Amino acid sequence: MGASSRSKRLSEDRPLASTGLALRPRRSRSVLHSSERAATALSLGFVTAFLTVIVALPIAALIWASKKRGGSDFWQAISNPEAVAALKLTITVAVIAALVNAVFGTIIAWVLVRDEFRGKSIVNALIDLPFALPTIVAGLVVLAFYGTSSPLGIHVAFTRTAIVLALLFVTLPFVVRTVQPVLIELDKDMEEAARSLGADEFTVFRRVVLPNILPGILSGVTMAFARAIGEIGAIVLISGNLPYKTEVSSVYIFLRNQGGDPAGASAVAVVLLSISFAVLLAVGGVRRFATRFERA
Amino acid sequence: MLSRKLTLRSLAFVYLLMILVGPLSMIFWRIGKDGVTNAWDALIAHDTIHAFQVTLTIAIIAVPLNTLFGIVVSLAIVRKKFPGKGLVNAFVDLPLALSPVVVGLALFLLYGRTGWFGSWFISHHIQILFALPGMVLATIFVSVPFVAREVVPTLREIGDDQEQAARTLGASGWQTFWRITLPSIRWAVIYGVVLTTARCLGEFGAVAVVSGSIQGKTETATLRVDEEYQNLNYAGAYGISLVLAAIAILVLIIMTVSRPKEGTA
Repeated sequence: MGASSRSKRLSEDRPLASTGLALRPRRSRSVLHSSERAATALSLGFVTAFLTVIVALPIAALIWASKKRGGSDFWQAISNPEAVAALKLTITVAVIAALVNAVFGTIIAWVLVRDEFRGKSIVNALIDLPFALPTIVAGLVVLAFYGTSSPLGIHVAFTRTAIVLALLFVTLPFVVRTVQPVLIELDKDMEEAARSLGADEFTVFRRVVLPNILPGILSGVTMAFARAIGEIGAIVLISGNLPYKTEVSSVYIFLRNQGGDPAGASAVAVVLLSISFAVLLAVGGVRRFATRFERA
Repeated sequence: MLSRKLTLRSLAFVYLLMILVGPLSMIFWRIGKDGVTNAWDALIAHDTIHAFQVTLTIAIIAVPLNTLFGIVVSLAIVRKKFPGKGLVNAFVDLPLALSPVVVGLALFLLYGRTGWFGSWFISHHIQILFALPGMVLATIFVSVPFVAREVVPTLREIGDDQEQAARTLGASGWQTFWRITLPSIRWAVIYGVVLTTARCLGEFGAVAVVSGSIQGKTETATLRVDEEYQNLNYAGAYGISLVLAAIAILVLIIMTVSRPKEGTA
């Protein structure tokens, strides 16, 4: 609502602003324009150069390196049984971690928005910790908590369960942080109306709350999935990196490259790169879907 | 009604305890168990101090560059029309969704012996891989999105009424930026800088590929944690982790303090 009234106000202001400009002496207006054009060109040049050197060229070099020995070598590197096993494991653990955090992330977001308790602001700040903490530290502490010297007596180190636990730690904030703002904005009247019409709590959640927070959950889950697919720091200590058992794709790429086979590593890396692009497209799609009524 | 609230609250608390707080408290528990003096000795060891210096050096180069880029690219995305904007957006977001190992490998292939740039740098005796430049490039890559992701929504929200007004009153583009735009996005910039710094200090995967983890040379603080753990020097691993966690908590505090002010800026 605020945004639409603002844009309306903006469009009303624009003619005024341009009238103001037109009233200025001609010379100063043309000076303004040429210096502005120069500034625009400079900033766009900087952006292009920065992105080319930092992001685009390395990505291009990666794709080129994976293809330069020909398509058959590429497919051979991809279909290497160890690489396939690693990729299957990576996708499985990433899906599990993303889904578990979809459920608990939604619960945590709900508790943070609708519940009142002491120390809420501390809990709220704590949610961002996995974003601030180095992932190798995350892996180390999860290993200490669930490893051989676990104070709980739960020993899952070097298993697939351990990988999922480490991924739950690092992907925890995504769904919480995408659902929380939607819940804050959500009008409670709709829920009250549903209740007064006789809907039980579950129905209110399923029919009123869920449709509203679903885009938030989806984009959070997708980003959590992408993060989980590429994670290495949190996993490398706790998984034991056993080929065919607990070796994920990022570790496979790392070890392949270190072992002197950058081409084999690059083929699997291109697969992860494609997943990343697909994820970004999906998130963009979700965002467009969620805001489809706002534009009209 | 009340019991439902309590159920959800307990579910959230138990989950946070098992996934987040429990593991994190292990740093203190393990340091107590493995000996505070051992942890301290590992922290003041020459290689550890050097590792922290390397991490700091990388951050000092990467954070200002990414801050400048973040502000410029946000202004371009929100305020300008240009061809290829979609591509710019995609490249800015890509590091969020891409594995740091893939980033490291991409740089490794570009600057390696057979890479497009590798042979030129090698023939001019400029070392990129297994040296600081490669580690800086890797760290800049992974922390590209953080400033822009905070500044873009803020720029959209504030609109350009005030900027238009300043221009109408005869302010130059430069003046408008310093007097109007920057003050209104400053909390978003601070928030983005804090996130960028945290990401730079914590980077592991991309730097691991390009640095070669040469002890006392190209080892960062996070690589040092890994090294200490592999060498079974657990006290050292947890000691360094404690310092890194303390920095992370400091980051959280700054984030919490700068968050509520965003709306009023």
